Amino acid sequence: MVLDNIDKLLEKYDNGETTLQEEQQLKNYFSKETVAPHLEVYKPMFVYFLQTKKERFTKTIPLQSKKTYTLYKWISVAAIAILMFAVYTQVGNQPVGLSDLSQDEFMAYNQTVEAFNLLASKFNKGTESMDALTLMSASIEKGTENVSYLGEFSNTTNKIFKN
Amino acid sequence: MTQAEFLNIVMPFKDKVFRLAKRLLVSKEEAEDATQEILIKLWRNKQKIQDYKNVEAFSMTMTKNFCLDRLKSKQAQNLKIVHSNYQDHNVSLQKQIELNDSVDWVSKIMEELPEQQKIIIQLRDIEQYEYSEISKVLDMNETAIRVSLSRARKTLREKLTKTHNYGVR
Repeated sequence: MVLDNIDKLLEKYDNGETTLQEEQQLKNYFSKETVAPHLEVYKPMFVYFLQTKKERFTKTIPLQSKKTYTLYKWISVAAIAILMFAVYTQVGNQPVGLSDLSQDEFMAYNQTVEAFNLLASKFNKGTESMDALTLMSASIEKGTENVSYLGEFSNTTNKIFKN
Repeated sequence: MTQAEFLNIVMPFKDKVFRLAKRLLVSKEEAEDATQEILIKLWRNKQKIQDYKNVEAFSMTMTKNFCLDRLKSKQAQNLKIVHSNYQDHNVSLQKQIELNDSVDWVSKIMEELPEQQKIIIQLRDIEQYEYSEISKVLDMNETAIRVSLSRARKTLREKLTKTHNYGVR
């Protein structure tokens, strides 16, 4: 009677039609010491299923918290903020116009401007004397033009000689 | 979410993840590494865990994908095959040894099955999942799962019958 039932269950099992309860019945039957000889084949299969289920994951689960990473992140953010602030304040401290200068500073400014003006006038003199050079280069250009006339002249004389 | 809460969620199915990984990767060490990897991934995404309706099914899907990727990758080429399911042979009964031997055979035969069938046998016959749960994990319809399962079971039985008869004769 029981065996008959098991046979039927096995057929259903092979077709993938058994429910979990029925499969449990099969497992219980096959975990017994003795089974019907013609069902011996199935025994290792079910024993294996039951055995494998007992395997456990024994390693520890490494769950390191992310706190250190976030700390570093905030430190870098703070460092950048401080840097930006420092640069900003340094730039902001620079005097912007003449009106910001004190008396002494204004004096010094005027003196340097004068000195620069003197230097500039000397430079201007230099450039004036350079004008003579440009005049000369102009006359040289004229000379080269005349030379080209000569060249043309020689061309024509060559032609004449050939004829 | 604190570490303790997370562990409460994960503990019930961490062994199932490990067994599925071992089914696919064969080597115990590889399976342990894979399980750790998956648990760490879950921990990193712990904010999203509450949104998942079924964390277990989700994790099993993750495990399946992770292991299949692993098998495809080059690293899988130096996978070692380590069997940890040898038992103590304290009971020196011939019958006992024979049985253990054939139980080992089952695992060898299981290794020859296609990946899909391995996963389905693992989930159904070992972890005893309902068909609806398996369909969630594998994203397959239940009929397809039944067909695949039936095919796998028949292959198993046929091969076992062969080895059984070989042993007898």
